[in-house]
Amino acid sequence: MTARVGIVGIGQIKFGNLSEYDLVDIMAYTATDALIDAGILENRRIIDQIFVANMLGGMINHQTGIASALVSRLDLEPTAAELVENGPASGASAVKLGYMAIASGIANVVMVVGGETMRKVTGWEATDCVATLGHPEAEYDMGLTFPALGGMFARLYMERYGVTERDLALVAVKDHENGSKNKYAHIDGTCTIEAIHDSPNAHVVNNYVAEPLRLFSVCPVSDGAAVLILVNMDSPIVEKFKKKPIRIAGIGSATDTHCMHNRKDPVEMGAVKLSAERAYAMAGVKPEDISFAELHDPFVILELAISEEVGLFPRGKAVEALRRGETGIDGRLPINTSGGLKAKGHPVGATGVSQVVELVRQLRGKAEKGRQVKDPRYGMSVNFGGLANNVITIICAKD
Amino acid sequence: MAIDALEMKLRPPEISLTPYPSKTITLANGKTMVVREAKREECGVLLGTVYPLLGVPTDYYDVVAARMFSELLAWFRYRIANEFVIVGAIDGVIAGIVTSRCVNDHLGMSLHTLAIDRGLRVGAQLFAAKMEHHMDYLNEDEVWIVAESPIGFRRWMIEYELEDRSSGFPNIRHELGGVPTYALTRKLWEKHKADKCTGTRPVPMDILATADRLKLPEEYPQIPGYKRSKQ
Repeated sequence: MTARVGIVGIGQIKFGNLSEYDLVDIMAYTATDALIDAGILENRRIIDQIFVANMLGGMINHQTGIASALVSRLDLEPTAAELVENGPASGASAVKLGYMAIASGIANVVMVVGGETMRKVTGWEATDCVATLGHPEAEYDMGLTFPALGGMFARLYMERYGVTERDLALVAVKDHENGSKNKYAHIDGTCTIEAIHDSPNAHVVNNYVAEPLRLFSVCPVSDGAAVLILVNMDSPIVEKFKKKPIRIAGIGSATDTHCMHNRKDPVEMGAVKLSAERAYAMAGVKPEDISFAELHDPFVILELAISEEVGLFPRGKAVEALRRGETGIDGRLPINTSGGLKAKGHPVGATGVSQVVELVRQLRGKAEKGRQVKDPRYGMSVNFGGLANNVITIICAKD
Repeated sequence: MAIDALEMKLRPPEISLTPYPSKTITLANGKTMVVREAKREECGVLLGTVYPLLGVPTDYYDVVAARMFSELLAWFRYRIANEFVIVGAIDGVIAGIVTSRCVNDHLGMSLHTLAIDRGLRVGAQLFAAKMEHHMDYLNEDEVWIVAESPIGFRRWMIEYELEDRSSGFPNIRHELGGVPTYALTRKLWEKHKADKCTGTRPVPMDILATADRLKLPEEYPQIPGYKRSKQ
């Protein structure tokens, strides 16, 4: 029987424009917060292994070997350390590897760090860097960026399921409302449906980015870091931590075709569905057991689509739940309580880790006033790279 | 020579400018921004708004604030010709300021755009209002524009597809030093106006009244921790 793995420490820096700071410094600062949260700052050498998630350090920061640099910055040698690059899914991949390291018996205590500084370059350059995820000849060389892919996905999905631009705006309003109460979110302002959709000024205030996606349909370009401390819950070492562990109940991952145009149906995200099914099976739960979810929404349309793929709503019905307010904080199934990528921000390497930080915060009952889910039992995160070509679903439980 | 006569010799000749009609814009946070032409006697509150930003190097706020400060002062003291100032105010509090001037009947010279509120595209809206005044009310053929920050370059040069006139240097030279000169032509304005420029007119009197007396911002997102009342 493999060991149970729990999370006993979390850290997150407020996402935003941190371009004046060094990437490794941001990670180290956030890691220190997590060590303090776990109560092992002085005793941090009990960490056996560090996994660092980062996607663009080589391109944007002109820095490689970031995991090794971080170990030194934290004065943690000779702790084992590896860098994980799996596109925007790097964060959840690092969590998965941390889980595997403990479950396999290689480590008892693992630190998972996700960090990215994308604001050191312009938003357009950052978009270009992320676009390197695409197929070099069939996509990137054709000028196909991810907002462009997201726009095409949105158009098709909207036509098929009757989703309107107003619905996209409703997702943004909800996410910004949550983000405005999250002290770690990039965007701390709210928006109103009148202002970004209904007003005669809305077409300019909320201008098209990649039609039908508008400014308030896409995530900001963010810097940030998030950190988790994982522990073997079946080892006596768990007693060294002051916080009760939040258990990682299930992890599932899957891949899909590199190019969207090779999929049988471009709006079906098979890897999301499969990763969720695997995570549910491992956790021994069903979609109806999930109390809240953090879903990968660099484009708000994806919140709707993912929530259907993972079985939280029947296909094409998520929009009705949105309109009824079911996915708001006080709704039946709150989604993106952190503000999601849309409002919390999307520092790509940090995103998947920050989603799990949010799961832990909610399951501990320590989210800020106004965005705490009532009595949550299971939280789910979906983090992916590309347009759902590499997906990791994580389910955490409060035992 | 009498002092008044000397002063009149120092003042530039002025072209009488058509007034810019006020408008309102509903910003993303649902608040209403009144966009209107500032009056010369409001220079004090405008200068007071700009002043704290002189020490903010991030995003070139220091350069823009310093130059705008001088443009406002020169306008107040009649040392610059045909300048106009447009202000954006939310509940009367200044959210952004733009400065510009008319060179002649055909050419406008865009000076500076300063957004106090961030994340609401206040700067983009006020820049568009400035261009609207040049092109639609002053009926100029083109406006020369420079950018002093990467944000400005993206917002103006790239998004409006401005014509690069830098190859004409030194014969074509924006008044703000030798930085590359770009131009908004009427053709480009007509192409981008619908997507870039908005506003509701006429402004109801009660809403216009909220911006009658401009107020200094209490806080600046560019200066964490700053509170004017604590200075």
